[in-house]
Amino acid sequence: MKRRIFLQGTVAASAVGVAVSAGLLTPAQVMAEELGAFAATTLEDALKAMAVTPEESKDITIKAPEIAENGAVVPVTISTTIAGATEISILVANNPTPLAGTFKLGEGVEAMASTRIKMGKTSDVIALVKAGDKVYSAKQEVKVTIGGCGG
Amino acid sequence: MAIKLKAKLADGVVEVKALMEHPMETGQRKDKKTGEKIPAHFINKVEVKSGDKVLLSADWGASISANPYLAFSYKGAAGDKIKLTWTDNKGETDSAETDVS
Repeated sequence: MKRRIFLQGTVAASAVGVAVSAGLLTPAQVMAEELGAFAATTLEDALKAMAVTPEESKDITIKAPEIAENGAVVPVTISTTIAGATEISILVANNPTPLAGTFKLGEGVEAMASTRIKMGKTSDVIALVKAGDKVYSAKQEVKVTIGGCGG
Repeated sequence: MAIKLKAKLADGVVEVKALMEHPMETGQRKDKKTGEKIPAHFINKVEVKSGDKVLLSADWGASISANPYLAFSYKGAAGDKIKLTWTDNKGETDSAETDVS
């Protein structure tokens, strides 16, 4: 479905087509483009795909365990006092695909989101908060005793 | 597949909590018997509405735990009709509704 919409966007498609034929993009990169930042395999690439350059902020609170015995289920709550926050994202730096989720907040919704994430190994958990044109970040290390991505 | 959805009002703020039944396969896990990779199968979109108003719209990857949990709060009132809908990477979808109490 996404691919169809993607291909219908003729301007975007032709631009990508030119980039592919010019050897600027490999087909794998084009695939990743469709999945967006969720396909990025490093924190740096995820931030690049999200097109953000976050600024560190002390006004973001990450509530997560210091030590997670079971990496398959790590409870995380992100909240912020930054005015005008509209989006919260959670990333796990050392996961195979770091971006876990993005939560877009509607009107009247408090700047907070809770979920449970998987962590393959000990890693920084990074919270991003979008407010206006700016993106802020905070991080907290979670030590993982038993990884949650193996099988 | 099932969804547990609760919405409780306290001091003008509604806390919405949801638990969705879903395997959330990353696509990186191997079947222990066959040694073959289990295909990725995860919820990639969740939308929570109150009537026509979108409260929360989430984009997820496979790093969200199996049987995903989601909680958030908004300024609301008793009787608000809350509807949660998820869609996964295979195009499957499920939804649940509840009234704020």
